[in-house]
Amino acid sequence: MNDNVLEKLKTLAESAKYDVSCASSGTTRGHTKGTIGSTSGWGICHSFTEDGRCVSLLKIMLTNYCMYDCAYCINRRSNDIKRATLSVSELVELTIEFYRRNYIEGLFLSSGVVRNPDYTMERLVRVVKDLRLVHRYNGYIHLKSIPGASQELVNEAGLYADRMSVNIEIPNEASLKRLAPDKNFQSVLQPMQYIQQGALQSLEERKRFRSAPRFVPAGQSTQMIVGATPDTDKDILNLSSYLYQRPTMKRVYYSGYIPVNEYDNRLPALKQPPLVRENRLYQADWLLRFYQFSVDEIVDSSFPNLDLEIDPKLSWALRHPSQFPVDVNVADYELLLRIPGVGVKSAKLIVTSRRFGRLSSWQLKKMGVVMKKAQYFITCNELPMHTINELTPERVRALLTNGTRKVDDAQLLIPFTY
Amino acid sequence: MVVFRYDRSFEGLLTAVFDAYAHHEFPDMLLGEADTPPLFFDEMVRIYTDSEKSTRVWNGLKRRISESALYMLPDAWLSELPGVDMLLFKYMRKAIDAPCSIELNFGDADVMELLKIWKSVDKERLRVIQFVRFQKTVDGMFFACVEPVYNVLPLVLDHFKDRFHDQKWLLYDVKRDYGFFYDERVTTEVHLDAKQWDENGRLNEDSAATDELFFQKLWKGYYSSMTIKERINPRLHRQNLPVRFWKFLPEKRK
Ligand code: SF4
Repeated sequence: MNDNVLEKLKTLAESAKYDVSCASSGTTRGHTKGTIGSTSGWGICHSFTEDGRCVSLLKIMLTNYCMYDCAYCINRRSNDIKRATLSVSELVELTIEFYRRNYIEGLFLSSGVVRNPDYTMERLVRVVKDLRLVHRYNGYIHLKSIPGASQELVNEAGLYADRMSVNIEIPNEASLKRLAPDKNFQSVLQPMQYIQQGALQSLEERKRFRSAPRFVPAGQSTQMIVGATPDTDKDILNLSSYLYQRPTMKRVYYSGYIPVNEYDNRLPALKQPPLVRENRLYQADWLLRFYQFSVDEIVDSSFPNLDLEIDPKLSWALRHPSQFPVDVNVADYELLLRIPGVGVKSAKLIVTSRRFGRLSSWQLKKMGVVMKKAQYFITCNELPMHTINELTPERVRALLTNGTRKVDDAQLLIPFTY
Repeated sequence: MVVFRYDRSFEGLLTAVFDAYAHHEFPDMLLGEADTPPLFFDEMVRIYTDSEKSTRVWNGLKRRISESALYMLPDAWLSELPGVDMLLFKYMRKAIDAPCSIELNFGDADVMELLKIWKSVDKERLRVIQFVRFQKTVDGMFFACVEPVYNVLPLVLDHFKDRFHDQKWLLYDVKRDYGFFYDERVTTEVHLDAKQWDENGRLNEDSAATDELFFQKLWKGYYSSMTIKERINPRLHRQNLPVRFWKFLPEKRK
């Protein structure tokens, strides 16, 4: 290893950084004798970039040469950028040495497509196989599958990776074809299907033989670019919700479009990546996954885009004043989750502690309820009756958005940690 | 006012609980060996730490609260916060006196306060796990300095033992001047007289492995390339990665 590797590492990190998913969660695996490393259920961020993103995995491409020409991608064939390729042994050594110094939780490996999908996929498989079998590496591996790779190779990769992903990137097939002429939904959904089949089959087999090999134990994920096409939040969230219905789909990531190829006029000219919209989509995603909301409650044809000014839960609440106020001392858990300012944790705390006596607003605050928001939507022991019904939704909205500091992001702000 | 004087150890605190129940006398104030007593007090009780007594209190608590609540006590103790001993004393007393487990009564101020302290300790524990940066030494050991606000080193050993069980490592708390050495089998508490590192925890040149600086350089290069300039957010950055850790992180060094 020498400074040449340093240059390659920088180039390939530059090329890989726009993939937002960095989760290393989903598998808990203690060490076994003769191996290096472990994975811990929630994943650990070992550093944070200056843009605030979690650095958990060594996120890198094997090569940034690519034969495709996707309009939104910095590595597209027609771009004149620095190109590099790491050898399998360089990549393996980097992973192990970074891992042993506690810099990373593991490896997130992807690649541009060279020669053909299978040729590329095969080299990716060689890296993970080498890490696992030769170097007895037991840490986390996330492998990005190459669109169009064969089922055999996906199946082999799945034996060594903790998680696999295939990025859908554009939430609408017509837009995808326009921007990425070499891809279509089929080339993305097919490998997703292979991963799912492999995982379900392995689960089945492990029921019968405990020693049957695991297959992507942390499931799969995907990513959509937001703001590169005219698609609405309704399009995006409907696709997410459809993907979440698939048994192994663990996470959908949203990536505010960063104009890396400004010259391409198929893409909008944005001054700034749509970060607020991206954040709202993550919040909506959480409502789908943890707050028992259905997608039609969050967006529908009369309300196709999320409100940028307030979070999607508050927005739902303001559109449904008749559901409030909720009495925190008696309401079901599901109903507590619907209160703006009440998170999963505080809802659980409320349910367990109200058995010891009626709760007051002071106690709610202590449990992490954001009273600034929640006060308009609840009744508890002593609260005055200034709820949404007396004040009207418009007034509550005005009170909560009233120029000053945004209170509203505290509750649901999603760091890129899980 | 009743004052208990003890040796400011966790065992000593458990002994104090034992003695209080044995003599039906409860402290209004806890003092360490060297602390000056207040101007007026009615009685000063001397506590002699006794492992049999402390074990009995511990086992008694085991029957009254769940294991996760139980281990919050020594964890909170490691916060070293002023007054945490009195809080723990009150909490244990409530746990012993209450007819059913108190741990879920978040309406109770002491329960909530203990939970809060435990959470901060746990957060610091997690941060150490996140931000430890090992450096390889000439003899192939992995060394890291830490300087946590709370005394959390004992709480991270299991994690590092599990993850790096096939490498020798040494974690050193420079603030409290002690550490733990793992020899691929067990961890031992150590105190180092000769410090072979600078004020930023960097190993001296002749103590570090030959390729150590190169890997730091690689990591730093990687880290800088990962930043997306269009999204820079210094406030969020500092919130996630508190400045007090920076000096130990190769990627944040100049
Ligand atoms: S195939 Fe992947 S790497 Fe290649 S241009 Fe498209 S998005 Fe970029």
